[in-house]
Amino acid sequence: MVRFLLKRLLHALAVLWVVATLTFVLLRITPGGPFDRERRLPPEVLANIAAKYHLDEPLWSQYARYLKGIAKGDLGPSYKYLDRSVRDIVADTLPVSATLGLLALGLALALSFPAGLTAAYYQSSWTDRLCLFVATLGISLPSFILGALLIWIFSLQLGWLQAGRWGEMGSAVLPSFTLGAAPAAYLTYLLRSSLLDTLGEDFIRTARAKGLRESRVLFKHALSHSLIPVLTVFGPLTAALLTGSFVVEYVFAIPGMGRFFITAVTDRDYPLIMGVTLVYTALLVSANLVVDLLYSFFDPRIRTR
Amino acid sequence: MQSPNEISARRRSRAEKTMLVASSVFLVVAACAGLLAPMLSPHSPAGLEEARILEGPSWSHWMGTDGLGRDLLTRILYGARVSLTVGIGTGVIALVVGSLYGLVSGYIGGALDNLLMRIVDVFYGLPDLLIFILLSLVFGRNIGGVLVALGLVTWVRFARIARGQVLQAREFLYIEGARAIGASRFRIILRHILPNVAGPILVTLTFSIPAAILAESTLSFIGLGINDPYNPWGTSWGTLAQDGWRAMRTYPHIILFPGLAIFLTILSFNFLGNGLRDILDPKGR
Repeated sequence: MVRFLLKRLLHALAVLWVVATLTFVLLRITPGGPFDRERRLPPEVLANIAAKYHLDEPLWSQYARYLKGIAKGDLGPSYKYLDRSVRDIVADTLPVSATLGLLALGLALALSFPAGLTAAYYQSSWTDRLCLFVATLGISLPSFILGALLIWIFSLQLGWLQAGRWGEMGSAVLPSFTLGAAPAAYLTYLLRSSLLDTLGEDFIRTARAKGLRESRVLFKHALSHSLIPVLTVFGPLTAALLTGSFVVEYVFAIPGMGRFFITAVTDRDYPLIMGVTLVYTALLVSANLVVDLLYSFFDPRIRTR
Repeated sequence: MQSPNEISARRRSRAEKTMLVASSVFLVVAACAGLLAPMLSPHSPAGLEEARILEGPSWSHWMGTDGLGRDLLTRILYGARVSLTVGIGTGVIALVVGSLYGLVSGYIGGALDNLLMRIVDVFYGLPDLLIFILLSLVFGRNIGGVLVALGLVTWVRFARIARGQVLQAREFLYIEGARAIGASRFRIILRHILPNVAGPILVTLTFSIPAAILAESTLSFIGLGINDPYNPWGTSWGTLAQDGWRAMRTYPHIILFPGLAIFLTILSFNFLGNGLRDILDPKGR
């Protein structure tokens, strides 16, 4: 178990290092720079800026400085927001993104469990077919189109909910639904097929033969057994929520990390881009780690691999 | 006598067949419309008509005009080329690179396999969309750059599938037979193993095409994807949706039509993928 844990931790660190290096290299070879203006700055000014951000040092020493900073949790200064460091920006915006992500996740679970259970239990019925059809629609509808559609219907036409003004009452409803729809559809699919496999197993027949109530067979015996395969997708699911969040934040003007990432890319604010990418990766890697641990806890066969 | 279960299973498969046919027809029509765009439309995608700005759908402009008086239907037809090329191109690039990688890794095995799969594991842990954004910064905001960038984040899927299939196929008797009569490794991989692992790879392809279209259109929508207005290949459906988004309050038709095009295309590919998977791998459901 300890060996397994160490291996996973090492892997997580490797992913973080690769991302840190990759972003560093990519942003150094990208044409155009953060201090390119329409009116060219005098060379003295450029030299001063370069000296301030240590851009005049050789690349390897910049790289070493950057990695050392990360190890200490310092993500460097922002080129664009002169009075804030990247860490400040992340500290301000991450809670917003996390709130949105958790709301969406909750919504996805609340929608997918009843749908998946009903669909699997009444396999091939019209309910099942309806659930599958809606799930396919949900997977195929890009979040920016869903978001635009919801805004058009509920804020522009009906005037029930507002789009934007994050933090006010009701402002989280449309974004959470937009972000949660695709994961909900995906989970419904998965839960349904996992339950269908389980319901065909011998122990379910045994449980029924013992005369257990159907609800007990379904919720206690079948559901708990079907959750293990569902657990594995929580890694990719977290990834979907994280990367999905910056589109949703863009559409609904939510001051989260994703929106700052988008403006950082247009501004060429390199430290901010690198910082946000690293934080995203760290979240993703930890989610995968937790899933691995839970999975090995529920299914001891995994550990020996 | 048929049990009720069998009957409803058959009926369901009939409904699915209809969706499968409808999806294929839609995709073929969309692809042809994109290819033949210059012949189909009387307008030019860059033809400005100052007098007819932001008009709704009419007989001369079926989908209306945009903020510069360009015919929206024509722009969507030209956009179909770009979006479909990005989807299919990415899928094919990733298929070739990923499958070869996985085939070699799985067939040779041992330390090399271990190393190659570690690399794939690391790639799997990356946040795709962010890496894609960074890569497209490097390669430029044109269709070529997006193709390379998307190919680079998609290939790992194929590598894993191909390797898994090879590990299974390697144990079959006919592979041992081929080895016994002295066929080279290269020949065994290409002639004997590849045809047998083609099914799952084909299914993966059908699902990675809509994923690529989704990634590209999302990126173009938030203003970081394809945008090269002087190039006829420089506007995708996502770019058009971005145009429409800014005017949605008063002119919703400009976002409606590109959005619909993206949605229907992704939906069709997903139906196609589901159908293919049922045919090639009946246990996968």
